Amino acid sequence: MKIEGQVRIPSGCAISAVISKNGNKMSGEMIVNSMKPMHDRSNGLGGGFAGYGIYPEYKDFYALHMFFDSRGTRKECEAFLKERFEIVHSERIPTRKIPAITDEPIIWRYFAAPLKSVLVSLQLEEKEFVAKTVIKINAEMSGAYVFSSGKNMGAFKAVGFPEDVGVFYKLEEYEGYSWTAHGRYPTNTPGWWGGAHPFTLLDYSVVHNGEISSYDANRRFIEMFGYQCTLQTDTEVITYILDYLLRVQGLTLGESASVIAAPFWSTIAAKTDFDDQKKHTYLRTMFPSLLITGPFSIVLGFEGGLMALNDRLKLRSMAVGEKDDRVFIASEEAAIRSMEPNAENIWSPAGGEPVIVKVKEGAF
Amino acid sequence: MSIEFIYPEFEIIRNESRCISCRVCEQQCANEAHSYDEKHKIMKCDESKCVNCQRCVSFCPTRALKIVKSDCTLRENANWPTETMKEVYKQANSGGVLLSSMGSPKHLPVYWDKILINASQVTNPSIDPLREPMETRVYLGKKPSKVQRTKDGTLICELPPQLELSMPVMFSAMSYGSISYNAHKSLATAATELGILYNTGEGGLHEDFYCYGENTVVQVASGRFGVHMDYLEAGAAIEIKIGQGAKPGIGGHLPGTKIVGDVSRTRMIPEGSDAISPAPHHDIYSIEDLRQLVFSLKEVTEYKKPVIVKVAAVHNIAAIASGIARSGADIIAIDGFRGGTGAAPTRIRDHVGIPIELALATADQRLRDEGIRNNVSLVAGGSIRSAADVVKAVALGADACYVATAALLALGCHLCRTCQSGKCNWGIATQRPELVKRLDPAMGSERLINLMTAWKHEIKELMGGMGINSIEALRGNRLMLRGIGLTEKELEILGISHAGE
Repeated sequence: MKIEGQVRIPSGCAISAVISKNGNKMSGEMIVNSMKPMHDRSNGLGGGFAGYGIYPEYKDFYALHMFFDSRGTRKECEAFLKERFEIVHSERIPTRKIPAITDEPIIWRYFAAPLKSVLVSLQLEEKEFVAKTVIKINAEMSGAYVFSSGKNMGAFKAVGFPEDVGVFYKLEEYEGYSWTAHGRYPTNTPGWWGGAHPFTLLDYSVVHNGEISSYDANRRFIEMFGYQCTLQTDTEVITYILDYLLRVQGLTLGESASVIAAPFWSTIAAKTDFDDQKKHTYLRTMFPSLLITGPFSIVLGFEGGLMALNDRLKLRSMAVGEKDDRVFIASEEAAIRSMEPNAENIWSPAGGEPVIVKVKEGAF
Repeated sequence: MSIEFIYPEFEIIRNESRCISCRVCEQQCANEAHSYDEKHKIMKCDESKCVNCQRCVSFCPTRALKIVKSDCTLRENANWPTETMKEVYKQANSGGVLLSSMGSPKHLPVYWDKILINASQVTNPSIDPLREPMETRVYLGKKPSKVQRTKDGTLICELPPQLELSMPVMFSAMSYGSISYNAHKSLATAATELGILYNTGEGGLHEDFYCYGENTVVQVASGRFGVHMDYLEAGAAIEIKIGQGAKPGIGGHLPGTKIVGDVSRTRMIPEGSDAISPAPHHDIYSIEDLRQLVFSLKEVTEYKKPVIVKVAAVHNIAAIASGIARSGADIIAIDGFRGGTGAAPTRIRDHVGIPIELALATADQRLRDEGIRNNVSLVAGGSIRSAADVVKAVALGADACYVATAALLALGCHLCRTCQSGKCNWGIATQRPELVKRLDPAMGSERLINLMTAWKHEIKELMGGMGINSIEALRGNRLMLRGIGLTEKELEILGISHAGE
């Protein structure tokens, strides 16, 4: 049987997220528990989390979370990394042995900064260099996989139900100002650890529920710009698209949402704000191949915020609620209630309407 | 009879019990296959003049006529098929190059028929185009590589010139001269009504049709017939025709007999003179010369119109496409070897060039490998016969398709493949006034609109089935295609998996 990456595996899912606008730290326990009422939306073949603000002691370093298939691969990869990065700290990511999670790869993390001399010789900006290195390892180094590469954030994922994955990674011991979570329901073959969500590049992480019908159009376009979709998953291509639009093209979150979940031409034509109409016409014409069709609900995590977005027909459920300075996002209201029984203002954002929540300046 | 005799290809079968000798068949046949015997008061026919255009069959009020393939056969021979033997006889008779019209009828692979389309089941909902929006609009043209902003951060919403099409189809180039005034008028009015474009071909633009300019592609071909400032400014886009799928590597020849009246004036050449388009453009002997012509045309039209470069699908098409994408052109049109023509040497038509499916797949992939796919839009032509072909072409990577033969069929063409005779009974490929008037432009336009409307419905149905609600998300989406009965190599070139994979 072909493993993920050699074959495309569509999957259904559950997502959940929370953020504190004041930048208050929350332990990972709450987000793990939020996945329990949505147990049936996953099938035990993948679960994962991303936490932001979890590594304050290393906040100026890229936190590389990695899977290795063997000690030899790890040694080889470390030698590769040391030619490019100053590694200030490296360790096994602490895990708990539980019956629900088995067959784990070697799971390691590195806190690292690119070597200035390498950046100068390659004439690359720091983030571009890190992104290129991550893509290179994932595409070319067999048995090694970077599953998280941002600063002061980290992804944790495995094959299993999400609530078990949370226990496995001891997420109750981490504290972050925002968290995202994912439970996976792949439709044919057993998912691989790397194929679980969140999918990340730099500090962008994406959890996604859905199966996009535009996948190959998006993939073949984005691969022109140095990205390599090694896993053939929707979430991977969505992450790369968002990195391209936000970091490379410099679009705002709202503009990026207007590209990937573009309003219908008829909606654009009906706009009375002429500048807005012009902007949307421009974005659709400029980036037609980055329109994503088919059902999706995603939560994009980034440094200092979250963005939730549904496909333009709203073919996947997604609710948003608030309480005090916190905002909750989940596939089902039950997940929000499990995090905050007294959540207020619960609503379902319309298709294509981004919900952008940012931590106030200086609080993260 | 003599050694030169070749038995007629068709027989005209008249059901005498139905025939009322109304003489409609006689009036309708410009080839004079039918005649009336005054003495015996019966209709007669000369099947040697019949081209099987079905005009008499369609107009016979009592359904008394049918045309069948003659069963007078030469002795069967697998190495020497009848057609091949007859061609030898014809050439021994005349000493000439064989001429043919329309696309090649030979048994060469039609890859469209070996590609299957996907649909959603369970994991992803299909979408009902009758209940949900389903978008087929496309913009053809160069897309810049980087977003630009003003100093205060506002997006600069300016793009190079784009062609807006309501669906990913355009009528491809057929010159005024090769087809009639009424055929052109039908195409122009239908394109305008449909929100798509038609193409003048290389014969210039009749003064009556300047009003349809926004829906017109004006062509600049090697003969430069009818090219002048107003012409270039009249169209929505300018197409440089380097080659044509039916006859790659050679030029064109419209006989002097067709250069009459308005055709002569529109082409800006004297009446009765042959209109000979050279094989190459004599100012384009290399890719850098193409760049100069592209920019000359852009300069004179103030960079307001996209420039299309049309080439025939030939062996090295990927590298050629890459060269064109770097030449400043906005759109590349690739014409496959099954594409139609008003007249082409038979040997060229049937033996030169490659299928559009392979050319499109390989060009699209090459442009992506080089990271320059965004520099240009890709238009595929050369026998796009149905909405399914359009969907498959778009999924392989085309931004839009060029359609001509199907459009002519809508106007009445029955593919008798004798356009070169100039005696088209359907009023399409002719300049004889009594034949031209048979094609009513209002009716022709309505039939073209019907055809494209039907295709649009079908495209939407196919897209909805795949869970795709905008044509952009189908473009280059090769995962939606599977091959059936294709070799590993063919699949590799098409960039698709086999059915069942």
